[in-house]
Amino acid sequence: MLTISARLRDRIIAHARADHPDEACGVIAGPAGSDRPERFIQMLNAERSPTFYRFDSMEQLRVWREMDDRDEEPVVIYHSHTATEAYPSRTDISYASEPAAHYVLVSTRDPDLAEFRSFRIRDGVVAEEDVLIAPE
Amino acid sequence: MAIEVRIPTILRSYTGGAKSVEGSGATLGDLFADLEARHEGLRDRLVDDAGLRRFVNVYLNDEDVRFIGGLQTRLTDGDTVTVLPAVAGGRS
Repeated sequence: MLTISARLRDRIIAHARADHPDEACGVIAGPAGSDRPERFIQMLNAERSPTFYRFDSMEQLRVWREMDDRDEEPVVIYHSHTATEAYPSRTDISYASEPAAHYVLVSTRDPDLAEFRSFRIRDGVVAEEDVLIAPE
Repeated sequence: MAIEVRIPTILRSYTGGAKSVEGSGATLGDLFADLEARHEGLRDRLVDDAGLRRFVNVYLNDEDVRFIGGLQTRLTDGDTVTVLPAVAGGRS
């Protein structure tokens, strides 16, 4: 189960809406081992594409080092799908390489209703999980 | 010649859980061959016949090696090589 504050959920959705029709992506860092998403980090989509996303490699190095220095890890890795459902694609699964992360997908295909779903992706196997919106 | 190589969580099964290992080599390709001798299977997760795998980012100090020579990138003593999983995907 992913436990996340309404504020952080809303920031992910706002980022996805802002970048629509391109895919948006980012990370929420939290203390290592805590499973608590706390620090919102909006990332560039180096592909600037409606069908693909990739973290900019130099930005990723900087952000990953910063997390290391702060003893954090990527608790949530999010991205948006802009014309399809919020479910991991084959490409998403082949790249997923953080077994401890919650992979959050948002779909912005409906302008009024955002789909917000969370998954574990381990060894190519996708498992959807519940999302609990918790107070800060 | 000692080069520190920082290993991401997903590949630590090849390094006995170590976050970083040491290796040597005149180029990045040589370094990966050297690491393979002690960490069997690691090289195959980093390179394929075409070069660096697209699923990983490899940095020499502060630079992405894709922009400075790939596997032919020259290394010197005291360099740090960082491996990170590429974060990517999309609907297709």
